[in-house]
Amino acid sequence: MATIKLTRPKLNAGEKIYFGALIKGFFLTMKHAIKSLRGKSYGAEGLASSGLGVTMQFPEQRWDDHMPEYYRGAPALVTDEQGRERCVSCQLCEFICPPKAIKIVGTEIPSDDKWAKVEKRPLKFEIDMIRCIYCGMCEEVCPEQAIYLRKDYLITGTSREQMVHDKDKLYEIGGVRVGLVNKWNELK
Amino acid sequence: MPELLLNLAIITAKIVTFTFLIVLPLVPLSVYFERRFSAIIQDRVGPNRVGIPLTLFGGKKDFHFFGLIQPIADGLKLFLKEDFTPDHVNKAFYWLAPALTVVPALITVCVVPFGPDVTLFGHTEKLVIADLDVGPLFIFAISSLTVYGITLAGWSSNSKFPFIGGVRSTAQMISYEICLGLSVIPVILFYGDLNLNNIVQEQAANGWLLLPFWTNGELSLPSLQTTLFLIPAFIAFIIFTVSIFAETNRMPFDLPECETELVGGYHTEYSSMKFAMFFMGEYAAMVIGSALIITLFLGGWSLGFGLDAAIANFSIGDFQIGGFIHVGIFLGKLLAFILFFILVRWTVPRFRYDQLMKLGWVIFFEAALINVFLAALIIAAPELTSVILIIGLILLAAVTAAVIWVAKVSEPPTKVLRA
Repeated sequence: MATIKLTRPKLNAGEKIYFGALIKGFFLTMKHAIKSLRGKSYGAEGLASSGLGVTMQFPEQRWDDHMPEYYRGAPALVTDEQGRERCVSCQLCEFICPPKAIKIVGTEIPSDDKWAKVEKRPLKFEIDMIRCIYCGMCEEVCPEQAIYLRKDYLITGTSREQMVHDKDKLYEIGGVRVGLVNKWNELK
Repeated sequence: MPELLLNLAIITAKIVTFTFLIVLPLVPLSVYFERRFSAIIQDRVGPNRVGIPLTLFGGKKDFHFFGLIQPIADGLKLFLKEDFTPDHVNKAFYWLAPALTVVPALITVCVVPFGPDVTLFGHTEKLVIADLDVGPLFIFAISSLTVYGITLAGWSSNSKFPFIGGVRSTAQMISYEICLGLSVIPVILFYGDLNLNNIVQEQAANGWLLLPFWTNGELSLPSLQTTLFLIPAFIAFIIFTVSIFAETNRMPFDLPECETELVGGYHTEYSSMKFAMFFMGEYAAMVIGSALIITLFLGGWSLGFGLDAAIANFSIGDFQIGGFIHVGIFLGKLLAFILFFILVRWTVPRFRYDQLMKLGWVIFFEAALINVFLAALIIAAPELTSVILIIGLILLAAVTAAVIWVAKVSEPPTKVLRA
């Protein structure tokens, strides 16, 4: 690589005195300060911020309304529009969960039930929210479209037992999901 | 005897009020403003949540109080942190250094005039702790002691980065003390008096040094001499302000203590209360520096434009307490100046060390000297014959040209930078 010789750029008298650049700088910073104080910081329009700076002041302003679609919140089990709980306790999510937050105990569906051909359903389904890392692998691996990650992020509790979501709680947060593939229905 | 006791009581009251109830609380307040104002300049919010925890007392929601409790929380944290003395330090100097940094800054509060005379209970009292006839000299002498604190801190820490930081900081502070002293001389020549109280009284009556638009309490345009004197006064103001920035190790001169350069500089090895004392010393020096700039150049406690006599005569019954209103005006100006310090911090990039030294020794030193001669010529002009005046001006121009030529010639040739 050939060597290139450089010299420092020569400054003219105005640039050397430096006060002109300083005053311009003061105007720039004061402009930012005044805009922030008036509630219209630079770049605050597109964000859910308070205007005093581009920071979102958390409990008063949240981004629940414009959360991105791909946001991974707490996992939950869903029921479909026919009233069936989708999970068949295949335990695929339990095996793939990286921090092993899911614990499933399966049980047999009795043969006089309407959905007897599904054969298994979970007796106990617990997700320890302290262990959950919200990675979404359980949603990705589920063959029954039973577990989905919702958009809630404020999972709190005052004891470790409170932070374990059991089956009822999971179905409660999951709710009903429509538009799923109903592969266990009878072929017409 | 009762006379002596009364005097002592009054002086103690003044010391307690001015140092410990006005200047010292201004330190955490200026830390709060630093954080808040810096955040607002940078499009952020800054601390605004630490408030009165009403929920602890059964209320429904905490009152955020604009985050003004944050300085108290900070102070409490620094107070309760573990005060750790490393093994490898020189214990005597390690313990002495923070004290030597904070105490001189607080002593210089003595000569700053906070307001005009107040009359309480038939007794007139000046609102300055010590009405010395050598005000600025006292301040320069005492604040030079801070250099000892920083040197000892850097030396006793027995570690590379504090040592470099201490040495750099010492060299910087000593270099800028010269221009600090020299740049004040035109002001003193103009007023003929070193007593800060008298200087402010003069400015209240006859116009601030930088805004001389009234005389004897009435608005009027300045005389020719005063207008011409604005030039050296302005140069003195700029040199003095920049030197105060350099003296307090404050941006853009904060190479000795910025985190990207030297970890913490001379206060790396200090924790909790000793670090808090360094911090307090730096901000107290900033407060006192601003107070000095305001006193010498911007009229101190005076509101200006002929309104001071009216405010000073404001009295409730027998108590002439207009002086306290003037203290409020002084504190307002002080706050504005502190905000200016913070604005400069986030506007100007840091100077490289050799640029800093060149500024102090070559540019400001010569400029301050020439400024003194210029100011002397302008003040003595009415008494000199025009011949001597013209000879003086020619000499001044010649000396200025000589100085500029010497500075240009002694610059090292522009090096070719390696690609």
